[in-house]
Amino acid sequence: MADRQLAVRMRGITKEFAGKVVANKDVDLDIYRGEVLALLGENGSGKTTLMNMLSGIYFPDSGSIEIDGKPVVIASPKDAFEHGIGMIHQHFKLVNVFTAAENIVLGLKGEGKFDLAAASERIRQICDAYGFDVDPNQKVYDMSVSQKQTVEIVKLLYRGADILILDEPTAVLTPQETDKLFAVLRNMRDDGKAIIIITHKLHEVQDISDRVVVLRKGEYVGEMLTAESTTQEMTNMMVGRQVSLNIDRPDVEMDYRMERIRVKNLTVKNADGVTKLDDVSFTAYTGEILGIAGISGSGQKELLEAIAGLQPVDSGSIEYVVDATGDHEEVEQLIGMDPVKIANMGVVLSFVPEDRLGMGLVGSMDLTDNMMLRSFRDGRSPFTDRNAPRHLAELVVDELEVNTPGVGTPVRRLSGGNVQKVLVGREIAAAPTVLLSAYAVRGLDVNSSYLIYDLLNRQKGNGVAVVYVGEDLDVLLELCDRILVLCGGKVSGIVDGRTTTKNEVGLMMTKLGGGEA
Amino acid sequence: MVHITKRKEMPVVQALAVRLGAILLALVVCGIVTTITTGLNPIDVYVTMIKGAFGTQRKIWILLQEIAILLCVALALTPAFRMKFWNLGGEGQILAGSLASAACMICLGDKIPNAALIALMLVTSVVAGAVWAGVPAAAKARWNTNETLFTLMMNYVATQLVAYFVIVWEVPKGSGNIGIINQATEAGWLPQIGSSKYLLNIVLVAILTVFMYLYLAYSKHGYEISVVGESASTARYVGIKVDRVIVRTLLLSGAVCGFAGFLLVAGTNHTLTTTIAGGRGFTAVMVAWLANFNPLVMVASSFLLVFMGQGAGEISTIYGLNHSFGDILTGIILFFIIGCEFFISYQVHFSKKEGGHDA
Repeated sequence: MADRQLAVRMRGITKEFAGKVVANKDVDLDIYRGEVLALLGENGSGKTTLMNMLSGIYFPDSGSIEIDGKPVVIASPKDAFEHGIGMIHQHFKLVNVFTAAENIVLGLKGEGKFDLAAASERIRQICDAYGFDVDPNQKVYDMSVSQKQTVEIVKLLYRGADILILDEPTAVLTPQETDKLFAVLRNMRDDGKAIIIITHKLHEVQDISDRVVVLRKGEYVGEMLTAESTTQEMTNMMVGRQVSLNIDRPDVEMDYRMERIRVKNLTVKNADGVTKLDDVSFTAYTGEILGIAGISGSGQKELLEAIAGLQPVDSGSIEYVVDATGDHEEVEQLIGMDPVKIANMGVVLSFVPEDRLGMGLVGSMDLTDNMMLRSFRDGRSPFTDRNAPRHLAELVVDELEVNTPGVGTPVRRLSGGNVQKVLVGREIAAAPTVLLSAYAVRGLDVNSSYLIYDLLNRQKGNGVAVVYVGEDLDVLLELCDRILVLCGGKVSGIVDGRTTTKNEVGLMMTKLGGGEA
Repeated sequence: MVHITKRKEMPVVQALAVRLGAILLALVVCGIVTTITTGLNPIDVYVTMIKGAFGTQRKIWILLQEIAILLCVALALTPAFRMKFWNLGGEGQILAGSLASAACMICLGDKIPNAALIALMLVTSVVAGAVWAGVPAAAKARWNTNETLFTLMMNYVATQLVAYFVIVWEVPKGSGNIGIINQATEAGWLPQIGSSKYLLNIVLVAILTVFMYLYLAYSKHGYEISVVGESASTARYVGIKVDRVIVRTLLLSGAVCGFAGFLLVAGTNHTLTTTIAGGRGFTAVMVAWLANFNPLVMVASSFLLVFMGQGAGEISTIYGLNHSFGDILTGIILFFIIGCEFFISYQVHFSKKEGGHDA
């Protein structure tokens, strides 16, 4: 395509943090109008940093940026905007109590009297032009994640952005919502806008992008045309060596498969009285990975926290089967227990929560202190023993290849993947019989993700009942033995991971299909 | 164009050098301000300040005693602050402890043996301080009230309560003062070790400092406090009872404040006034923050603040300056000390605006 029009030309971009960590080194990048460019790379490869420099959040240490052939200085998000560059971040920046239209016009300086009706009209025009589905008068707090994202995109278009950067836009969307997003992105591309999408999901890269640029360790390593490449080639370039993209689902040979956690008619209301779980029943078995799928906020968090003794329950029962031989069965009720009581019953229940630094770990504490979060009460001494936790920390660092200067480093300073390794390492070290995990690979790169899948599979092989709450359906389908689908706090079905399809699960997530199982 | 970035971590020696540099710079600025506003030679002024703090043996003892009491209050606030519970009620908790001590001295002065009296004073002071902090803590744990406002308001209640009892116990009637309690019998006065009246206070606070350091850094309670302070949801996740930790920690915090009140009445002043706490409940907040909540470093930060205060008092007497002048100098020095923390955490880069052009 010789006639394609260059929108952005970045040359020799270098950015260092704290004078030591090189986030980007001498990166050259061209972005064309009428093209969707996928920026691919592992965690810490500098994708987001590079885009943050284009959108004015960071300022490059050296290098130049040209927009439409003219050299520019982008020193602030305002500068970026004047050049038509807009970025959708992973965390939305919307005012909850405002309507879509109010959020879209917020902060704009207009001449004369402020006219919300006229603004709404223009918003409708933009929506019609690209196929967005936005009600300008809807309040943000009433919106789903996908609707909020749409508002963010419309906000940029309303302000005249024609170079759009999306940072992991599909992380929070269902497959159907993703399809919708991709449809409008294609419309925008065909309208001549330049679109850059940062993502880890290779099948989406294949689906939406025209060209792929790969970064590794802050450097540009190459690019390819999507139509002429496979996901395997992309992964190899990203990681720098040949990797296998298949997730194992080993069949566990066990003398007998036993029921481990039996949830019956569980109903949970949150502090505001809103029902988060409605009559949920299921059983988790030893030696299997039970997947839990659902749109985010469908009750996954409450379900795991109820089992872990962190969430008050309105009605129902959660039974832990200690032992079952023949007719005899020994059962403990988990409802009304807190984590300490559960542990004192001899139930080793590990939980990898969604919020790693806000719940699973203490960010300002070092690895050693984080290792003893669960065990610090051991022993009669009023003082803590840091020897055993230090050895555990060293072991986890060693075995899971945690990239850290040492066990005395605050975990906050580690990258997302390494933080997760520390958390999972601690939880697995307890030799659990039940392992609950929520979004265990969110934000992790290919290597770290596969390490986590492998760890979960090993736990399954040890006869642990693993519960895996996930958002990537491809992974759920490949990894899990059974998949429980939640929709609005209700179980819309439990399907076999080996036989179900992505479409079936996707529909069950939105309750359009799939009966009660 | 100016860019500010967060530093990774500055080596301890370098950070110390920055802080020392800040103090030197502060002294230079203070000197300039002194010369401009008073026409005095700043070196003379500094010498006078040092003399004011260390000039005589008596002054040194007073200095040490002041450091001890201020440090004691700062130690009291630290566990609460580590938990991010902003206990601004140190003043009231000291007053509650002082009131309890004074009440025992006045009501039981000659009725029970001296050792029993002192023990009783100690216990009641500690309990009174603990109650004064425990009430806002319980409210925070139960209803999530704002601890800053609640503890602050408890100060006013304590002041009024003390004002009432000062009138009840005033000697002579109508004077509005209690005067020295049990001057003749010295009942309830802390015994004197050796030649110094204040040595016992200082020794007790030194022991307390070591205890508090060990408690916070190595005990299971201290660990729980750090976890709750950093993230209440992590604490719940590992089964720490957050409400219980809040109340327990504040009882300790208040108890140590009450102990400071006991030291003031039994060891130092032997009287009760509404101003006996002397703003230490607030100054101690600064001591604790300056030391980054490390009890051992607090020895240095409380020394700095007390030294500045004593020195400022001296220059206002010697040169006939308004006492506020001393406060101005203290303010300048604190500004530099606190301000330099910014340069320890962040790095400032200066670059040309056109930096983006050259390839």
